[in-house]
Amino acid sequence: MCLGVPAKIVDLYEKNGLQMARVDFGGVERETCLAYVPEAKVGDYCIVHVGFALNLISEEEARETMDLLKQISDLESEIGPAPA
Amino acid sequence: MKYLTEYRDAKLVRGVVDKIARIATRPWTIMEICGGQTHSIVRYGLDQILPPSIELVHGPGCPVCVTPLELIDKALAIAARPDVIFCSYGDMLRVPGSGRDLFSVKASGGQVRVVYSPLDAVEIAKQNPDKQVVFFAIGFETTAPANVMSVIAARSLGLKNYSVLVSHVRVPPAMHAILGSPSNRVQGFLLAGHVCAVMGYHEYPSLAEKYRVPMSVTGFEPLDLAQGILYTVRMLEQGRVAVENAYARTVTFDGNVPAQNAIHEVFEDCDRTWRGIGTIPMSGWRLRPEFAAFDAEKRFDVGDIQTKESPLCIAGQILIGMKKPHDCAAFGNECTPEHPLGATMVSSEGACAAYYKYKK
Ligand code: SF4
Repeated sequence: MCLGVPAKIVDLYEKNGLQMARVDFGGVERETCLAYVPEAKVGDYCIVHVGFALNLISEEEARETMDLLKQISDLESEIGPAPA
Repeated sequence: MKYLTEYRDAKLVRGVVDKIARIATRPWTIMEICGGQTHSIVRYGLDQILPPSIELVHGPGCPVCVTPLELIDKALAIAARPDVIFCSYGDMLRVPGSGRDLFSVKASGGQVRVVYSPLDAVEIAKQNPDKQVVFFAIGFETTAPANVMSVIAARSLGLKNYSVLVSHVRVPPAMHAILGSPSNRVQGFLLAGHVCAVMGYHEYPSLAEKYRVPMSVTGFEPLDLAQGILYTVRMLEQGRVAVENAYARTVTFDGNVPAQNAIHEVFEDCDRTWRGIGTIPMSGWRLRPEFAAFDAEKRFDVGDIQTKESPLCIAGQILIGMKKPHDCAAFGNECTPEHPLGATMVSSEGACAAYYKYKK
């Protein structure tokens, strides 16, 4: 099962009455059902679990989290590593 | 996604771990719920670089591990029928039942197929109208949206030869059971990111309040895990009880509402037995009566099932954080991934399998 690896939506189509997509996990393509993220568009990123997109990932949130963690990291390198 | 490599950046992880070491003044025991997180922690050695005062214990969030033995035996009996094509997630194939596993049923001629998505099983049913196609619908809140959609799709396609063998479990009742136990030693939780992606995290504040235990919604990459631990330790040190979101790029408070609606359309709450742990009240989901026509347990009478668990296996205690894989005398001896005695040695989310693969 694919943990946490975001997939990029590359193509949309319908199958058996369900909205489906071809998604790309950094080179490996899979079929994914978009029934739970009806707003998804080509180019969006999503988290996929057993063939279903569970949600779309916000790039903005990803950026904010990363900035926050970098601040924590930098702060520590300025004051030196914690004693072991 | 361009950020993914950064979420594995060792220097950033180290920075967050240093921060944890600076704020931790006392020993704390924190449980990660999800077996996927257990594997990430052990694989990247996060437990090795944390300050020794922070102990991570592994939780029950391994769907394959907690699927009750009786249901595995039922699956084996159904899969062995000549009129059945039995479809399952790959992880289930080597899970030991009382005598054998799905893999050996397949080897002796049973039609057992591994599918990536339950919709693949629906497709197989469509293409094999003369066969009964059964899907082994197991898992936590993460697989539920997929599993229920297969039933909804089968119904709208008018398929009469598709059914599901359901063994669904939910995280919050298991946390109740762990926290309510007199021998509990868990002081903080890392909540399973993808369970929360589906369900949101509105179920947890009351749980945190009731047991006075802080929690962080946590992802799966090393940096996500370090962040979740940092948030939890910070709350513990400040004596603060809350549910914080350390995985905001994926999880919202409300979760995926269309998925929750689909789950509640098809499933209802029920008591559920967890393998090795026992029955936890209202901890599972089963099909609603309106979907009885898709219930494999009703469609196939497999008679009386006598279950037999390995007497050596202590997986139940491992799954509630009381023991670790190394505490099991069979670990790496009688029990290996090639010859597993318990499900936790099989699954890609099982703690015994993680220790065997990365730590042995
Ligand atoms: S090592 Fe094997 S026998 Fe021991 S607890 Fe784990 S699965 Fe069970």
